[in-house]
Amino acid sequence: MNRFWANLKRNYEQGRISPLLIVGLSILLAIVLFGLIGPFFTDVTHAQVGAVRPRKPPGPDYLLGTDSQGRDMWTLLIYATPNTLKMGLIAGFIGVGFGTALGLIAGQFGGWIDAVIRVISDSLLTVPAIAILVIIAGNIDRMTTFVMALVVASLGWMFTARTVRAQVLTIREKAYVEVARVNGEGAWEILFREVMPNIMPYIVASFVGTVSGSILAVIGLEALGLGALEEMTLGNTIYWSQQSAAVLRGYWWWWAPPIVVIAMIFIGLFLTSVGFDRFANPRLARR
Amino acid sequence: MAVDMTQKPILVVQDLNVHYDTGKGPAKAVNDVSFSLRPGERLGLIGESGSGKTTMATALMRLTRAPGRIVSGSVELDGQDLLKLSDKELREVRLRDIALMPQGAMSSLNPVMRLEEQMIDAIVAHVPNLKRPELDARVQQLLKQVGLAPEVARRYPHELSGGMKQRAAMAIATSLSPKVIVADEPTSALDVVVQRQVMQTLGRLQDGLGAAVVLIGHDMGLIAQFADTVGVMYAGKIVEIGPVRQMIESPKHPYTKLLVESLPGIEVKQALVGIPGLPPPLVNLPAGCSFNPRCPFAFERCRSETPMLQEVVPSQFAACHLYPEHSELPPLPARAGRELH
Amino acid sequence: MSALIEARGVTKRYGSFTALDDVTLTLSDSEPSMTAVAGESGSGKTTLARMMLGFIDPTEGSVEYRGKNIATMSASEKKAFRREVQPVFQDPFEVFNPFYRIDNVLTTPVKRYRLADTEAKAQALIEDALKRVGLRPQDTLGRFPHELSGGQRQRVMVARAVLLRPRMIVADEPVSMVDASLRATILDELRTLNRELGISVVYITHDLTTAFQICDNIVVLYRGSVAEAGAVEQVIGSPKHPYSQLLVSSIPLPDLSKAWGADEIPVTEANAARANNGCKFAPRCPHVMEQCWQAPPPKYMPDAQRLATCFLYRDAPVSPDADVASVFRPPQAAPVSQGV
Repeated sequence: MNRFWANLKRNYEQGRISPLLIVGLSILLAIVLFGLIGPFFTDVTHAQVGAVRPRKPPGPDYLLGTDSQGRDMWTLLIYATPNTLKMGLIAGFIGVGFGTALGLIAGQFGGWIDAVIRVISDSLLTVPAIAILVIIAGNIDRMTTFVMALVVASLGWMFTARTVRAQVLTIREKAYVEVARVNGEGAWEILFREVMPNIMPYIVASFVGTVSGSILAVIGLEALGLGALEEMTLGNTIYWSQQSAAVLRGYWWWWAPPIVVIAMIFIGLFLTSVGFDRFANPRLARR
Repeated sequence: MAVDMTQKPILVVQDLNVHYDTGKGPAKAVNDVSFSLRPGERLGLIGESGSGKTTMATALMRLTRAPGRIVSGSVELDGQDLLKLSDKELREVRLRDIALMPQGAMSSLNPVMRLEEQMIDAIVAHVPNLKRPELDARVQQLLKQVGLAPEVARRYPHELSGGMKQRAAMAIATSLSPKVIVADEPTSALDVVVQRQVMQTLGRLQDGLGAAVVLIGHDMGLIAQFADTVGVMYAGKIVEIGPVRQMIESPKHPYTKLLVESLPGIEVKQALVGIPGLPPPLVNLPAGCSFNPRCPFAFERCRSETPMLQEVVPSQFAACHLYPEHSELPPLPARAGRELH
Repeated sequence: MSALIEARGVTKRYGSFTALDDVTLTLSDSEPSMTAVAGESGSGKTTLARMMLGFIDPTEGSVEYRGKNIATMSASEKKAFRREVQPVFQDPFEVFNPFYRIDNVLTTPVKRYRLADTEAKAQALIEDALKRVGLRPQDTLGRFPHELSGGQRQRVMVARAVLLRPRMIVADEPVSMVDASLRATILDELRTLNRELGISVVYITHDLTTAFQICDNIVVLYRGSVAEAGAVEQVIGSPKHPYSQLLVSSIPLPDLSKAWGADEIPVTEANAARANNGCKFAPRCPHVMEQCWQAPPPKYMPDAQRLATCFLYRDAPVSPDADVASVFRPPQAAPVSQGV
């Protein structure tokens, strides 16, 4: 464990762990904690329709006021944030997992498998994702957060697949892979011991990008009213506020808080991905 | 190649120091190096990895990049100290007066430009008013000088072989008839036959221009065949310098002797011996003479006092505490067993 | 003489480019030898090496290891072959996975080939291998590749090969990217392995001086064909094929009484364009005759321990054996290590 902290310290001094990365991760951590710990201090029933007095601006009773349907905004935010994050993470995992698997297979085995995977991923990349997602989402009867994540993931795997495939092809030619072969490693071992560790940075970078893109897509769909309307999510909150003309009516405490949280999520993700780039590629690190 | 030693030197390097800023302090890649070069002279700088020879090559034209920096010293080209010039003045001097063929020159050719474009680029940067026909003529002349056929001008780098690319790099380097050519390992990736061709071309070019050449490398045989004067670099310092024949037949510095001994020939099969130990890290040089941990003749003074270059025999200088008490190196002790490192 | 490795009429083509052209070479099982395969880039020497290592298959002909065709070996035969024929590659950096410490390349084969049944025995094997190549285990183990110098890394690779006690090591330019002062040491270690452990070495190189020093016999390749082959004293000491002569005269020797030779014949337009069904070296050969363009020269034997594929020696007997190694001399005891 001491080695871990010593390594961390050394990486910081070398400039590999930059302030950007630290700030980015801190923001994300704060938001996650907000959503994880918050529920222990609040009563979820306050966030249900008709729970409290409607249209109240922020005050001592209701930290962020209430909306026109009688929901306490503060409580709503505490429950909506983790739901949105959850969708992003699920979509991220599915998208990156699927993309990585396809990328590995395409790169390692080549031939017609590679050709098929490449054609599919390249054509889907050119498709305007939001249009397709709207069509898909609009046609689903029972929408839940999980299904939402799946829908978004369906168009979020291609970039990862392409990146991973390119890396696998590069690494396969490396001399140390040949050495692994003469050392007696089999094909699967080579994939996991030699190739995978060297593509981890790309996978992590892809993950951050996919999660960002997924959250954006999810919020976009929800804002259009295509989300899981029974659930408490940030995007749905924006939708409801629009439906009730909150801007016109001056209920800024309804639409502003979710936007602030969304902005913070993206800033955190962005800083993390930029900072991580420095970590993965030591040549960018400057002290 | 006869060098007129009465001529004034064209290049004088005095107490040059180039350091790299590492996290653990400065790495002294070039440590108080001085030498001079006369017009037409061929100086070979030989050193292994970690000797500072490439740092030296780039420093001569102030091409040192961060984290390296030129700490002190002077590089006088025809009387002008290059280290004191403004950026603008320096850019004019580069290529026109002193040209560099960097290590891996073959891969410093722009892969998406035809050769003639790259050559014209170099010329036009210094002589902007030439018209296209004049430029084309110059390109053809340069190609002829390096032994490349006229149609090579229209080719892209990837269409040329390694030796041809190196000669193209040479053509670019000499396009403005510089007074000094610095060639950093110009033949490291080439096989013997091509290597010889390239070096002979360089020699011919140089004779034609009356230029001086600083050839940097690690192959003693190559440098012996090409250079007039040889400087041996170790851990950032020149430890011995003198006429090439003298140095090889009768080296004065222990490192030079060990280097020469480790070279295999094709006359007789002999025991192959290298030099035990490793060169010191440039951030953490040993006290006194940097070679003392590996030197078979090291004694007390070597561990505390840094030796200076002194003239041991006429025109041969060595930095070693054995002199002037000795007149030449004692015989090397027998190598017992195989040392571990 | 039973064969350790036998390349029979091996040809390798990549599209219209012929990398190797009908090469037959056998290395004997009985006496561990050190054989050099020399040539410039494009000669086919690396292709031949990779075929011997089982990385590529010939387009025509076959490569057999101890009587079995490598291309058609079963999985278990292939595994045994892999263990017994080990490479040392040229680039000391690319051969290490930067993710792992250098111990990885040593512990992996011990595990995969089950060389030791206990942790302690494995450690002992590894330390012994490192010491054999002149490395101190305590200074080497536990380090990452970038913490060692090029020479040290290359020695770790040799140690790796030694660990497996192979029958043959194929070393592809093992010292060309290593400092001059370390080259001698590493090559001497290869020679010691050959003598003490009976490992045959195939030394791929373009450096004829080192080939002369450590090898018994040499095969000189020119654009995929054998130009000259035989004992190193003959081929390098007094080369007969014009290409070998060109190679040897181009070696930059520190001995200044042996200055570089005259310029070689540049390939003229006429020569390059001329249809050539004969000797590949004809366009560059200073002694080219009309007959050289008609058909490729056979393997003449101007001396007992040398063959040259050149019409200059048409009065000499033709080698009866397609196998180039038939003119090889037996391995000699190496010179005693003299105190320098």
